[in-house]
Amino acid sequence: MLFAVVLVALGIWVMIAYNGLIALRNQTANALKQIDVQLKRRHDLIPNLINAVQAAMDFEKDTLQAVIAARNGAVKASAGLDPQHVHDVAAAEAQLTTALKQMMVVVEAYPDLKATANMGQFQEELSSTENKVSFARQLYNDTATLYNTRQQQFPTNLVAGFAKAVPAELWEIEDAAERAVPKVEFRRGA
Amino acid sequence: MAEPITLNLFEQQAANRRKSWVLIGVFLLFFVWLGLGGDLIAYLSTQPVEGVAPYGYVHRIPWLGIVMTLVAGWLVADVLRNGAKKVLWTAGAQPLVANTPEERQFENVVEEMAIAAGVPKPKLYVVPDADPNAFVTGTAPLEAHLAVTQGLLSVLTRDEMQAVVAHELGHVKNEDTKLMTLVAGLAGAILLIRDGVGRSFRTTGRLAGRSRGGGKKGGNPLILVLIVVYVLSWILAPLIARLLATAVSRKREYLADAMAAQFTRNPGALADALDKIEKHHAPTTALKSGVAHLCIVDPTGRLANQREGWLADLFGTHPPMPIRVARLRAMAFQARKQADGLVP
Repeated sequence: MLFAVVLVALGIWVMIAYNGLIALRNQTANALKQIDVQLKRRHDLIPNLINAVQAAMDFEKDTLQAVIAARNGAVKASAGLDPQHVHDVAAAEAQLTTALKQMMVVVEAYPDLKATANMGQFQEELSSTENKVSFARQLYNDTATLYNTRQQQFPTNLVAGFAKAVPAELWEIEDAAERAVPKVEFRRGA
Repeated sequence: MAEPITLNLFEQQAANRRKSWVLIGVFLLFFVWLGLGGDLIAYLSTQPVEGVAPYGYVHRIPWLGIVMTLVAGWLVADVLRNGAKKVLWTAGAQPLVANTPEERQFENVVEEMAIAAGVPKPKLYVVPDADPNAFVTGTAPLEAHLAVTQGLLSVLTRDEMQAVVAHELGHVKNEDTKLMTLVAGLAGAILLIRDGVGRSFRTTGRLAGRSRGGGKKGGNPLILVLIVVYVLSWILAPLIARLLATAVSRKREYLADAMAAQFTRNPGALADALDKIEKHHAPTTALKSGVAHLCIVDPTGRLANQREGWLADLFGTHPPMPIRVARLRAMAFQARKQADGLVP
């Protein structure tokens, strides 16, 4: 009798722990999907932005080229995004962030360009997109950390193998790329 | 630092769902009592004495109870379906049309915070009022309506707006929204009903008067007690409704503040925003006391909201502003120390 009760209680606990892990795994995958959505938005925004500044920044070709190259790299990398392979995408996106920051610093140096309403709107859109990416990343990291902690903690770790729970990779910011202050060179134009 | 809130989230949501059901249950029971209690008084006071009915009528069928139960059921269904619409209508909120740069920025900020909070983007409204304030309403979990005043749009910076929106989405994520909207709708209904059905008082009063006359002939003292309790429940109904509104909202504000800090990772911005909103306190025409408990900052300037202690806890809808700001500043200080590597 007592044995049966213990067995049933154990069964219920395994069920709850298992379901909890599955729910967290789905939440983690969903959070990553959110990042993906925002990254696509960001990638789509860049060609428009380039068009808007191209005319005025004709002689800043290097900066623009860097943004375009970083964007293409990021688009290519984001194709293979899943919770176990976050690092490559994160690195490519960090490069794009740096290139964009550099470009915006250059834009600051063109008061005429900055003053147009169009540019103001682009700046708002860009900073909003950057925020969305970073908030999506924050949500992903929070959820993934919760998921990882849960599968490592006793006694849930006993069920982790059974639930096929594998630690999710966190979206780390590349320190060197993100923290580097973009260098601005004011070249005297031709 | 972020984890305690995330871990408590499910408990918080479950508690709110439970409280919503209890609230609906208490509301229904209260109305059933208002109906059946009246029936019981009428039944007892029309009992035949020595084979003769004193009024030539015996109240056998509990009509009042049936009617009040139906009314209460309809009220609950109506508040659940249209509560958010009514709250928005009361405040005069208009759907947002993002035309000006400020409005576009507001929409962007909401999209950003919806991502950070992991909730769907709420529907947006603007209240044409100069007093800066914001509230969120809705009765379906995760289907929210977020309204800000014109004053808020013009006063706050981007970061501060982000913090205020994060606070409101904290309420959404906790599922405070449904409970708080229910309270607004049901408390409003009680006030309305009391005024509307005030006529039935006089009838009851007349019956009571006569039965007291009959009491001399050895009538039922139970009727007197019943009448006293019954009349008292009508008189106290609005007060109880008000206490409901205050009981549900005070602690929630601290929690939503903390969640805003978690979503934005910038507690200082909310502290700045609250400071600004408080200083800018213009008398509001749009936000009445019926929706005060939904707002980020009390629009009515109630005295209890500047105090601590159990009495203030009982009657205040919001915690004292200096304490809210001080808590956020402490969080900001802690975060800065962490960023500078002074503490692990």
